[in-house]
Amino acid sequence: MIFYVIRRILYVIPIAIGVTIVCFMLIHLAPGDPPDAVLPDNAPPEMVEEVRAAYGFDKPLPVQYAYWLSRVVTGDFGRSIMTQRSVASEVFPAVLNSLTIAAAAIVLALFVGVLFGALSGYRSGTLTDRAITFVATTGISVPHYWLAMVLIIVFAVNMRILPATGMGPGGSSGFAFNLENLRYMVLPAIALAVGPAAIIARSVRGTVSEIRKQDFIQTLYAKGLGPTRVFLHVAKNAAPTLLAIIGLQTAHLLGGSILVETVFSWPGAGFLLHSAIFSRDLPILQGAVLVLAMFFVATNLVVDVLQTFFDPRLRRG
Amino acid sequence: MTEAIRQPDIGGPAQPMLIVRDLQRHFVIRGQTRRRKDVVRAVDGVTFEVAKGETLGVVGESGCGKSTTARLLMHLTPPDRGEIILDGEKVGDPRGVSVRDLRRSVQMVFQDSFASLNPRLTICDSVAFGLRVNGQPATTARLNADAMLRMVGLTPETFSDRYPHELSGGQRQRVNIARALAMSPRVLILDEAVSALDKSVEAQVLNLLLELKERLTLTYLFISHDLAVVRYVSDRVVVMYLGKIVEVGPVGAIYDRPHHPYTRALLASRLSMNPKQRISAPPLTGDPPNPIDPPSGCRFRTRCPIAEAVCALAEPRLARVDAAHDVACHACDAGSGHTLARLTGMEGA
Amino acid sequence: MTDQTLSLPLTERPAAIRPSTSYWSGVRRRLARDPVTMICAAILLVILAAVIFAPLLFPLDPYKTSMIRRLKPPGTPGFLLGTDELGRDMLARLIHGGRLSLFMGFAPVLVATCIGATLGIIAGYAGGAVNMGIMRIMDVFYAFPSVLLAVAISGALGPGIINGLFALTLVFIPPITRVAESVTTQIRAQDFVDAARATGASATRIVTGHVLSNVAGPILVYAAGLISVSIIIASGLSFLGLGVSPPTPEWGLMLSAMRQAIYVAPVNAVLPGAMIFIVSICFNMMSDGVRSAMDVRA
Repeated sequence: MIFYVIRRILYVIPIAIGVTIVCFMLIHLAPGDPPDAVLPDNAPPEMVEEVRAAYGFDKPLPVQYAYWLSRVVTGDFGRSIMTQRSVASEVFPAVLNSLTIAAAAIVLALFVGVLFGALSGYRSGTLTDRAITFVATTGISVPHYWLAMVLIIVFAVNMRILPATGMGPGGSSGFAFNLENLRYMVLPAIALAVGPAAIIARSVRGTVSEIRKQDFIQTLYAKGLGPTRVFLHVAKNAAPTLLAIIGLQTAHLLGGSILVETVFSWPGAGFLLHSAIFSRDLPILQGAVLVLAMFFVATNLVVDVLQTFFDPRLRRG
Repeated sequence: MTEAIRQPDIGGPAQPMLIVRDLQRHFVIRGQTRRRKDVVRAVDGVTFEVAKGETLGVVGESGCGKSTTARLLMHLTPPDRGEIILDGEKVGDPRGVSVRDLRRSVQMVFQDSFASLNPRLTICDSVAFGLRVNGQPATTARLNADAMLRMVGLTPETFSDRYPHELSGGQRQRVNIARALAMSPRVLILDEAVSALDKSVEAQVLNLLLELKERLTLTYLFISHDLAVVRYVSDRVVVMYLGKIVEVGPVGAIYDRPHHPYTRALLASRLSMNPKQRISAPPLTGDPPNPIDPPSGCRFRTRCPIAEAVCALAEPRLARVDAAHDVACHACDAGSGHTLARLTGMEGA
Repeated sequence: MTDQTLSLPLTERPAAIRPSTSYWSGVRRRLARDPVTMICAAILLVILAAVIFAPLLFPLDPYKTSMIRRLKPPGTPGFLLGTDELGRDMLARLIHGGRLSLFMGFAPVLVATCIGATLGIIAGYAGGAVNMGIMRIMDVFYAFPSVLLAVAISGALGPGIINGLFALTLVFIPPITRVAESVTTQIRAQDFVDAARATGASATRIVTGHVLSNVAGPILVYAAGLISVSIIIASGLSFLGLGVSPPTPEWGLMLSAMRQAIYVAPVNAVLPGAMIFIVSICFNMMSDGVRSAMDVRA
């Protein structure tokens, strides 16, 4: 078991390095001279020199990468072009805000997805099942940024029962979990949760109906176990698949939040990315992408390891 | 028609069709830790000959290396070591035959009749594929494929344009035989080719195989775990255990006078036709040892009723006990130090 | 050997003589019986035809602005679906915008399918070190959430249709490669591939003759399912100001431009998004239908 965990971690290292290489290359993908990509247009000459030295732009690419990586591991992602503040001080609070809304969304998605997925799997073939499957396909197909707009129109503009944008009267700094602020979370959380909820519902449905077809379920009924006890067995067998889907969806939520946060002006990483793109603030772009991608890698690792606790067959991968 | 690609007998009738020397294949599998690489000794130094026109049966428990040996013979899995000599010519040698020639001269029928046919191709196209690969134009190849189907008892009018899922297991296995024979091979390897069939169908296919062998002067390597079937079709029999040959000899000698304790146990495990004759104690207990870490010396010693100290020390060699009858057992090898050695040696003489 | 054949009695019951059914004809038959898939296909065909042919047949100007008729509601005479925030004809813009939106949905998936399928089949058939090399690189790109990767690459490259297409293609190559690799590995292990190798056929010949026909179905179905994702992400890029630039009509960009209009003309504002939604749901329903039609083992 411990060997497996160590092997998983070792396996993640090259991927994490690959991710940093891709993020590093973002600056070099940008058209024009790399220093221009990380400096404001009217940068004073001494600042240009400082940046050149720090980034090693006159050195070959691998050396530049080594310079960059050595700074990144100490938490120095460079400076924002727009605000001139350090990228870390911009990105981390934003990622925290994103995690707040993502957590709310995943709880919602999980509740709705598992409930309807299990129902659909248990009633597979019936009208209930088909209705749920249809709604789930709709949920997967809906562009979440459009859904966000529709939600604003219905609940904020027409019905006026929920706020349209922002994080609450206190802004991102004054955020606390009270009733007033939670109202601001409702619409973004719904917009973010619909897609993952639909995907979770579909996989839960598939897993549950697959497990119910297996011989051992018949044996359990034959042994005289009641439906509730049998359900526990089904749930235990569905857990690893479910866990994998949840992990993947949590991480994808962070990616998907870019557009939804933009619509709701939620001051998260997505919103930050959006403004960075508009002002061509590449250091912010790079920093935000790196932090989000690393979070994704870490989530996958945790999910993989957790899965093996439920399913020992996966330990020898 | 298939005359054109029939291959001539090169070495004469006395030259063995196939000589296999010291064939070896170990599979490296990853162990629990990165450090240790486990090695499965699937086939570990196998040497035998197949004479022209004979049927050599290969028997053994599952996992003993029968199928791997078959795959090595066709270079479907490249061997680590050892040589294969096809009718006097060494395979892979600059002056011998190429792997491609080997594959044309030696064909194989697999156990799973469904998995060995491409589900997306018609029967005719499956049989014709090999002919087209070897240079026949599409129409000629299809005509020849039809003729092959007829030869294995499938009327082309009914079967040519069908897909594998529309056929029964026996019909599919006939198609597989037709496909193999379309290459005009000299040797046909039958890897559990009839094992998955119903008993009645199995008998039909076996008879078909025997008829085809006569007609096309083929040499068979017949791999099976079914001792009765092997006895029925084979001229000589090889018994394998954990990647090694333990006994080889004429079919009568093996079945009537088995020397190796493993062969004896194997034969004793057969079901008797007489209901009163029941097997009380299992002739073999336990599973075969893990091929990753086989026992030292003789690999059978852990399950052998007559194992002695010498069996753990030295690996037994294949020693002649009778006319064309070789056994790898210390108890049959005079001078090995085994207490039973002289006794059995005399019995053989 | 002579031409006469062995007169073996055929004692097994021969299959009844009837027209042979190939796998694909069965799939077609099952698809034709599935009303949802057929309706979705019809809707998509109508949209596709409108987007392609309507601008050629009717005088539709998606660029003509007018300050006095901004944000007219749908049904206004002359403007069936109303006007946008600059007084341009919504219908004309939706139809013209569909060209780009659909193109940005299809093209990356098409290119990514070609590249990904090739890489995946090579990795799956060759196995070993080649497989390791290709798949580990894919793992790195797989480590990014798809929207994030698309935004990151096109964000670095800057706005523009080509940049958007490039980013989207890069996003879809890894998942397609993974699917192609896994189905190829499965097929590779089948005995019929070994039987083909035993004929002396080259790897290329086996791949084209035996592997491709077996892996194409699963790969294409998977890729078809990605088209709706691609349309949503492509429009999403334009929505963020990447990809297509104004005043070119494109659904995502139109949706973004109309965001301020949700208080005045909500129906107009959501129309472009509704188009994305309709196309996307039809594609998903269709690929679900095709998948289940292919799933039934004959």
